[in-house]
Amino acid sequence: MLEPFLTHEGTAAVLMRDNVDTDQIIPSREMKTVSQQGLGEGLFAAERYLDPAARRVDPDFVLNRPEQVGSTILISGENFGCGSSREHAVWALKEYGIRAVIAKSFGEIFHGNCIRNGVLPVTLAPAQVDQLAAIEAPVRISINLEDQILYCSALPDWSQRFEIGEFARRLLTEGLDPITLTLTEMDRIEAFQARDAEARPWVYAND
Amino acid sequence: MAQSLFDKLWAQHRVCDAGDGADLIAIDRLLLHERTGSVALKSLAAQGLAVKDPSRVYAIMDHIVSFRRGRGRDEARSPGGEAFITETRAMAQAAGIHLIDTDDPSQGIVHVAAPEQGIVLPGFSIVCPDSHTCSLGAFGAMAWGIGSSEAEHVMATGVLRATKPKQMRVQIDGRLRHGCSAKDIALYLIAKYGTAGGKRCAIEFCGSTVTALSLEGRLTLCNMAVEFAAYSAVMAPDETVLAYATARLPERTNRAAATAHWQGLQSDADAAFDYEIHIDAADISPQISWGTSPEESLALGDTVPIDAAARALDYMGLAAGQRLSGLRIEGAFIGSCTNGRLSDLQAAAAVLRGRRVAQGVRAVCVPGSQSVRREAEALGLDRIFIEAGFEWGAPGCAMCFYAGGETFAPQSRIVSSTNRNFEGRQGPGVRTHITSPVIVAASAVAGAICAPVDLSIVSEATV
Ligand code: SF4
Repeated sequence: MLEPFLTHEGTAAVLMRDNVDTDQIIPSREMKTVSQQGLGEGLFAAERYLDPAARRVDPDFVLNRPEQVGSTILISGENFGCGSSREHAVWALKEYGIRAVIAKSFGEIFHGNCIRNGVLPVTLAPAQVDQLAAIEAPVRISINLEDQILYCSALPDWSQRFEIGEFARRLLTEGLDPITLTLTEMDRIEAFQARDAEARPWVYAND
Repeated sequence: MAQSLFDKLWAQHRVCDAGDGADLIAIDRLLLHERTGSVALKSLAAQGLAVKDPSRVYAIMDHIVSFRRGRGRDEARSPGGEAFITETRAMAQAAGIHLIDTDDPSQGIVHVAAPEQGIVLPGFSIVCPDSHTCSLGAFGAMAWGIGSSEAEHVMATGVLRATKPKQMRVQIDGRLRHGCSAKDIALYLIAKYGTAGGKRCAIEFCGSTVTALSLEGRLTLCNMAVEFAAYSAVMAPDETVLAYATARLPERTNRAAATAHWQGLQSDADAAFDYEIHIDAADISPQISWGTSPEESLALGDTVPIDAAARALDYMGLAAGQRLSGLRIEGAFIGSCTNGRLSDLQAAAAVLRGRRVAQGVRAVCVPGSQSVRREAEALGLDRIFIEAGFEWGAPGCAMCFYAGGETFAPQSRIVSSTNRNFEGRQGPGVRTHITSPVIVAASAVAGAICAPVDLSIVSEATV
């Protein structure tokens, strides 16, 4: 069971460039264990540390700046999470404490991985993202997932509706696990496989 | 209504509506590798769930295995990597799924080994927690990369919940110019339309240029589709693919029925696509990347764009307007799921025969699979590589991506037959230029970026 995501308010860190790929989010060499845990420390390791091996912190990297301490939201450009399909990228974000990513667009696999892991991906029009990114740090944002609306305290009259699929919203707001949901369809899955095994027996003749 | 090949594949695997515009899609084969698969197996077991149909799930060791010839059974190429190998092995055995272990004669990079072992056949739906799974669409299969939780979902339920993607047709016609291969088509396409150009579509590659590609060339082109933001890539299987697949059908299969099914795997003449791209093969010249994204590629003789991004220039140690050909290199790598197959090694060996790698260049060739390695060695290609001064490695992903451990030096310039030139992809600060195997081979010999045709000129000049 995941932590349901209904509303969230937090500090947003701005990483304003396009194509932040999963290898930047969690470099390969940081994926040391066969586990979903222990990845938060490796988040953005190549940028966050002057010397990643020694964990010597780079004070200029956005998440390391004093006003960004405790950031729970990221703001970025186009195609966030592109590249390698490693789900470790989301696990690292989540363990670090990121609950939502606001971007102009997302890498497909990363987007799905976020939803399955209880991290909210918010796609906004480029102009809206640029507007948020231009605010003097720290940017405080509040998200209401039930109504699909974003607010920003620095922009008092501003609110922005965002789109997210009904299924994704249900998983996030109810903290649901997709496997449990699909297992309720097992009769139909088995009926399909029985029919398919007649039509394409070579798919199943594989022992 | 007229249907595309992808429409047909989707319909054949659609179990039912799953709400919110998605369907439950039956998955014929699930592939795992030790890097992402081990996590999925572990997490599934931790939830107390069993693999529903273990006979259709395969774990293959490729990402972390050492590429040192004569490697030990658990030898990893990165410190602490042994755990990925030993844990995947233990969990695969416990789950009862197929295991292609480090010392198995079928071992190789998952996308290279799957066709060889008949794990992918035309018309299959096949997924793997690895983004280059789209390679396998070259067989007329519906193949795409998934996340590790989705792999758990497939293991537990036999299906995936998926929304049918939009579709794009990329038609390439005409004869490829001399010195060009499938890799050049891919880089040209991505450079021209951008890394987002595929718009998350299922892309069908077709046209006379595609039809003329070898099976291996087809796999190369489909492999790069994910760098074009494709959801998946697909090609109508031709006679060569069907013959290759027929030879790999399980025993006791009615071959005629399978072939009849496969022959229907083509788009109807008037099938509609959401997007269409047409490319004239005559416009494609040999390509190489200059920057840190595959779209930052150009024809070998061209200069780095005047408006090139400062960050990419800085990382790559280049200046806007600079010419790539002639730039000194320190490393060369031939291998990967993009260009680690027999024909890639043959093409590179033809360039290397009777030549030597330049001083100061570390050159490495790693066959994509044990089967490729055996065939190459039977043809004496290993001798050609080794005599030229290449290291000849043991099959796996090897230097395609950095996982810790030994690699090229920071700031060194590398030509590589792989698919990603992201910052740090081959190691911290390593400057990767992705290109075709023949350009890698020629550049290794010259010690500088060049095409095979330039080699004779270079050697004359140095006489
Ligand atoms: S060879 Fe490279 S791109 Fe291919 S599967 Fe291995 S790591 Fe990924």
